[in-house]
Amino acid sequence: MTTEVPSSSTERYLEVQQSEEFGRLRHAVRSFVFPMTVAFFLWYALYVLLSAYARGFMSTKLIGNINVALVFGLLQFVTTFLIAWYYSKYAATKIDPIADKIRADLNSTSGSAASEGPGDN
Amino acid sequence: MHTHLLAAEASTSTSRGLTITLFLVFVAITLAITIWASRQTKTATDFYAGGRQFSGFQNGMAIGGDYMSAASFLGIAGLIALYGYDGFLDSIGFLVAWLVALLLVAEYLRNSGRYTMADVLAFRMRQRPVRTAASVSTIVVSIFYLIAQMVGAGALVSLLLGIKPGATFLGMDAGRAKVATIILVGALMIVYVVVGGMKGTTYVQIVKAFMLMTGALLMTILVLAHYKFNLSTLLGDAAEQSGKGTKFLEPGLRYGVESASASATFYSKMDLLSLGIALVLGTAGLPHILTRFYTVPTSKIARKSVLWAIGIIGTFYLFTLALGFGAAALVGSKAITAQDKAGNTAAPQLAQALGIDYLGGDTGGSILLAIIAAVAFATILAVVAGLTLASSSSLAHDFYASVVKRGNASERDEVKVARFSALGIGAVAIALSIFAQSLNVAFLVALAFAVAASANLPAILYSLFWKQFNTSGALWSIYGGLAASVILVFFSPVVSGSATAMFPSHDWHWFPLSNPGIISIPLGFLAGFIGTKLSKEDDTAKYTELEVRSLTGHGAH
Repeated sequence: MTTEVPSSSTERYLEVQQSEEFGRLRHAVRSFVFPMTVAFFLWYALYVLLSAYARGFMSTKLIGNINVALVFGLLQFVTTFLIAWYYSKYAATKIDPIADKIRADLNSTSGSAASEGPGDN
Repeated sequence: MHTHLLAAEASTSTSRGLTITLFLVFVAITLAITIWASRQTKTATDFYAGGRQFSGFQNGMAIGGDYMSAASFLGIAGLIALYGYDGFLDSIGFLVAWLVALLLVAEYLRNSGRYTMADVLAFRMRQRPVRTAASVSTIVVSIFYLIAQMVGAGALVSLLLGIKPGATFLGMDAGRAKVATIILVGALMIVYVVVGGMKGTTYVQIVKAFMLMTGALLMTILVLAHYKFNLSTLLGDAAEQSGKGTKFLEPGLRYGVESASASATFYSKMDLLSLGIALVLGTAGLPHILTRFYTVPTSKIARKSVLWAIGIIGTFYLFTLALGFGAAALVGSKAITAQDKAGNTAAPQLAQALGIDYLGGDTGGSILLAIIAAVAFATILAVVAGLTLASSSSLAHDFYASVVKRGNASERDEVKVARFSALGIGAVAIALSIFAQSLNVAFLVALAFAVAASANLPAILYSLFWKQFNTSGALWSIYGGLAASVILVFFSPVVSGSATAMFPSHDWHWFPLSNPGIISIPLGFLAGFIGTKLSKEDDTAKYTELEVRSLTGHGAH
């Protein structure tokens, strides 16, 4: 169950959602996570497709017994780590400050701790 | 020859005794933690979400402990040892999948939900039908996963304890030892969950993750040291010992196999794509993973815990690469398949070989084998406990409290029902696993991922990001994705009509692929879209609230 919210909160939520500040928050989130999701998915799909259909290319030896397939696979690890790291930096500087501010505003103006579900932490 | 055999027998029995001792130590420690956790578990939040007081690192470890199943540890190392490169493909899908959880799910779920996946799905929908659907899909996914893990545990124990066909252990033959293991694993997971709740389960998973990482690191170092830290030499030796030459280091020995038949080649490649898409989209829809995000105080810490999880899980899969190729090179596929056709004993066998070489002969071999065997058991226990907890939480919180009691259950009753549910689900899982023990059910892990990606993920993403989405859409996507993946697999060659099928002597298959994802995942998304458009329900006010709360964390529990 979601917490009970007095109907005045409904208006409050609408007001916040329509605000310019919330628009910036939504934009900061969506303009990062959607393109990034598409990017890593295509990059992964490319890897799987090459593994299925470009066997010759994937078996090209680079150094000793290390071939393109292994390097490509390891690059998926590298990009996963990098995207995770980059997102955490981005979120901390571009998303969190706006979200924190809106939340603080909501908490102070709504005043009613009732909607917070006390003791539920 | 004769003396060599005797030595091997003696070392098996030392190793067996040590494995059991180490396993008992793990059980004793985790039971003590569980009892301690039960004293700290008073409210529903304690039981379902461990009091929401875990740190990012603790939860990251616990996520690793929940996620790195025997299928990852023994399974992937075994696949690499037998099929070379293709085993690596699995681990890449399992890892990249975490980006979906990080970017699209973890923080928003933490902000807007309370205890279960359904909290988010039902946020702006009609509670009873949506929670029923979410509960059904949670339990189906968890039971599939549970059976695969428990049957795997049963099969492993006879191998790891070295009970050969015809031989006995404590008066049990291999078949009885299997059943006894399934019951023991089931009983322990029930105790962890019923007594310790989320707090107990989380600590079990943290301890297991620590043991698994330490064991895998130790073996990786020994393998790499053997090859003087030259990866190319290791790969070359693995390829040579495999008898398959450089093909061993390239994709194609297991997935997307090219054969003389053009249609078989086509379907095999489609199967690879289908598996790939299910692996990458399934993780963020697994209920036992989703509930882990509720165990931390805020969405920022949920994000941090996913970052830790990505680091831990990624590092672990890099270790399995060394373990798999190391087993191929140092143990050899002949010796591995002689123990287990699926290669599940490759990692323990490698441990024994490394111990013999580096830790003082046969005794060292027995010790390292025992350690890795105990780690494998701990791995299975932590995963099945997580699965039992997620499904019993959903049964109590979603089905009992919201559907049966229409939201009027007291917190105490709800937790009591959750505990009984854990007992019930555990008992059902034990019974089904005993029934399925002689069947090949390894495909159930892939099926659990396919259901999670086809039924749960569309509903979660639409709920969070699509304003128009409604009750009808949620039901269509959950039931549609669930039915599509289960039906397709039922009529696939993993259930009937092939030598490695669950029922090899029957044939009712017409679906050519082993993995349903490539059809069922788009179907799940499409069903959610169609279902939404067919209904006029449109609760804009509730979406407004969900959007504000999920993005800002206002009113988060």
